[in-house]
Amino acid sequence: MAFKLNPLVATLATVLALTAASASAVTLRVGNQGDALSMDPHSLNESLQISVVENVYETLVTRDANYKLAPLLATSWKQTAPTVWRFELRKGVKFHDGTPFTADDVIFSYERAKGDGSDMKSYVGQFKEIKKINDHTIDIITNAPFPIVPELITHWAIMSKKWCEDNQATKPVDRRKGIENAASFRANGTGPFRVRERQPSIRTTFSRSGNYWGTIPGNVDEVIFSVIGNDATRVAAMMSGELDVMEPVPVQDVERLKANDKLKVLQGPELRAIFLGMDQKRDELLYSNVKGKNPFKDVRVRKAFYQAIDIDTIKSRVMRGAATPLALMYPPQVNGFPADLAKRLPFDVEASKKLLAEAGYPNGFEVKMNCPNDRYVNDAEICQAVAANLAKVGVKINLEAETKGTYFPKILSRNTSFYMLGWTASTVDAHNVMYPILSTPGDGGRGQFNLGAYSNPKVDELTDKVASETDQKKRNEMIREAMKIHQDDVGHLPLHQQALNWAAKKNIELVQFPDNGMAWKFITVK
Amino acid sequence: MNVLKRWLQSDVGYSFRQSPMAMVAAAIAFICLFCSVFAGWVSPTNPFDLATLELSDARLPPAWMEGGSTKFLLGTDDQGRDILSALIYGSRISLIVGLASVFLSVVVGVGLGLLAGFKGGWLDALLMRLCDVMLSFPAILVALLIAGVGRALFPNAHESLAFGVLIISISLTGWVQYARTVRGTTLVERNKEYVQAARVTGVAPLRIMFKHVLPNVMGPVMVLATIQVATAIITEATLSFLGVGAPPTSPSLGTLIRVGNDYLFSGEWWITIFPGLMLVVIALSVNLLGDWLRDALNPRLR
Repeated sequence: MAFKLNPLVATLATVLALTAASASAVTLRVGNQGDALSMDPHSLNESLQISVVENVYETLVTRDANYKLAPLLATSWKQTAPTVWRFELRKGVKFHDGTPFTADDVIFSYERAKGDGSDMKSYVGQFKEIKKINDHTIDIITNAPFPIVPELITHWAIMSKKWCEDNQATKPVDRRKGIENAASFRANGTGPFRVRERQPSIRTTFSRSGNYWGTIPGNVDEVIFSVIGNDATRVAAMMSGELDVMEPVPVQDVERLKANDKLKVLQGPELRAIFLGMDQKRDELLYSNVKGKNPFKDVRVRKAFYQAIDIDTIKSRVMRGAATPLALMYPPQVNGFPADLAKRLPFDVEASKKLLAEAGYPNGFEVKMNCPNDRYVNDAEICQAVAANLAKVGVKINLEAETKGTYFPKILSRNTSFYMLGWTASTVDAHNVMYPILSTPGDGGRGQFNLGAYSNPKVDELTDKVASETDQKKRNEMIREAMKIHQDDVGHLPLHQQALNWAAKKNIELVQFPDNGMAWKFITVK
Repeated sequence: MNVLKRWLQSDVGYSFRQSPMAMVAAAIAFICLFCSVFAGWVSPTNPFDLATLELSDARLPPAWMEGGSTKFLLGTDDQGRDILSALIYGSRISLIVGLASVFLSVVVGVGLGLLAGFKGGWLDALLMRLCDVMLSFPAILVALLIAGVGRALFPNAHESLAFGVLIISISLTGWVQYARTVRGTTLVERNKEYVQAARVTGVAPLRIMFKHVLPNVMGPVMVLATIQVATAIITEATLSFLGVGAPPTSPSLGTLIRVGNDYLFSGEWWITIFPGLMLVVIALSVNLLGDWLRDALNPRLR
């Protein structure tokens, strides 16, 4: 018997030892309303996806805890000629699998991120080429002078050339076409965390990378990222201590969590603007009862929609005050905000009805609206409120609210007539709205997220000029002009800027980025 | 009136008069049915007419609480919808979906069960193995699958089609029980003398199946169907709760419960509690009726 007992005792001892070891390891349990749709950093340009994946993959340039530009995989950069930016790459960096990071990986990631299926074209697609100077130096060459290159690439993640080739992942995961590959479930970055186990839409576990090149300011060893879609369940998990950090706090529960003495609520203005877009390209809408013509091509219809929306009541009732109505496509915190244009067209049901009648729709018409239900704060509720607003002017909305896993592939392939989108100007500059959202869709990521294909040649021209203009005053003047044109055209229907709402246990210190990014390396559990 | 009188004099009618529970359940079920059928007249407002909703009325408490308004007896939901009206219209959807899907599964299940029991042989084996396969999956999972496939097949589906998909997905999981029951009873009936007599006189098999055997196997089916209505209503609510059922702009009870669920913690309990209670009341009354019917139709229990 003793012979049999010994291994048992040994096992028990091992288990005890392991428990003791893991007790000293710091685990952070993060709850979110949705999941990163894939681990591929080039597959979806969405804030949550970027926020999660950038703990694993790194970019050349990043933003520090104060949201200022900071070196990461590049140690320094300078403009050597008007159209040439030189980046010195960090030496001694290894990917998680041990392969060293070199200029070849940067070139590879550039090709991957601007190629077919990538959602990051609007960042790197504007470059002419990237040249390798030596193993740790590259030149980014642009067509015209381009002063904001470092700002532009803060979300362009670097992947390992060797790993992608070995795993047949040289092309990005493309949900629009149903393309998945190894990069969807596994990851090999240079970042402070590595993916340990992934269960899509349920839970992903990350652990601190053993061979990280830098020092990590925080003390988190392990991150368990859980998806809890239901607001009430997520709040319950937070209050019961099952989660350490959660995002977002449902606006209806902010006060309740604030009153809890074990928790704190972190709030701030978010850079994201929520807006509605309309298909203005097709000659006939895909989902409408108007046949043979596209009502959204008529500026009067777009204006009628705009004026039918009661944004103040949406703010007070749906958002419980946690939103700032916007008249522009980006909030005041973004560089190049023309304050004199920040006035919305008035909410006016009669004016809206009149405009619709003038446009030839005195009895309104019917159109389908696509909407996510787990992406933005109260997104489906906002869409329902908009549908009710529009019903009052005779427009019948067939609302289709769905989870973002099916929503984004649908609208990103432009399979929609009327949709909701949120956009964060990640460079904190108006150009990052003008180029992907307001420009006519074209090559190199131009208009990649202009899903209704709003088009005005003057705006396109100004967008190019803004990219290369270095004189701040002149540049702001051009931005203002473009925004004025877009406003007069009612190219999109801006709604509001939502507020950031995170909750965390009181013993947790973290940095809340205005683009809703959560970098786990900055998190300390005391 | 005569029909009712005659029915009350019958065996089943007698058992009904003797069972207060059945009478209460029937009364409640009748009220629900009446309200649903005449929702347009009974309900204070039409909650599906988006043009009448005022967002500024959103999340008002029930009339007897502070801040409540007599205009909205049971309060309003997050879009300013009157909860009482939403309940009436919501139970209409629940009842329509429940009854329609049960009807559909009875038609499919009884048809296939009769065929399997009467024909026997490889057809019987094939159909029953199919039933085994269907039974090995939880009904809700199969319904989810069918609803998902339905949506993928008709991406441009109008709202009314969403209900069609809902009904089909529930009935495609519900037919198995009828098929099993009917097959078993048919196997017994098939060898009885009246069937043999019909055969000898040269009646066509199809006619024997429907004219002679079918009426004799319908008893258990009626009982099963009544109970299944309650199950179907709950399945519909579950699917809608999971977000694949009725659209948010014309909410069924399940959709209302799901929406209200988000507001439980913030103290706005009425958005979810009332639809929840309504669901319990409907399901319970239909279930009790089914229970009573089973006892009444079973001669051994009398």
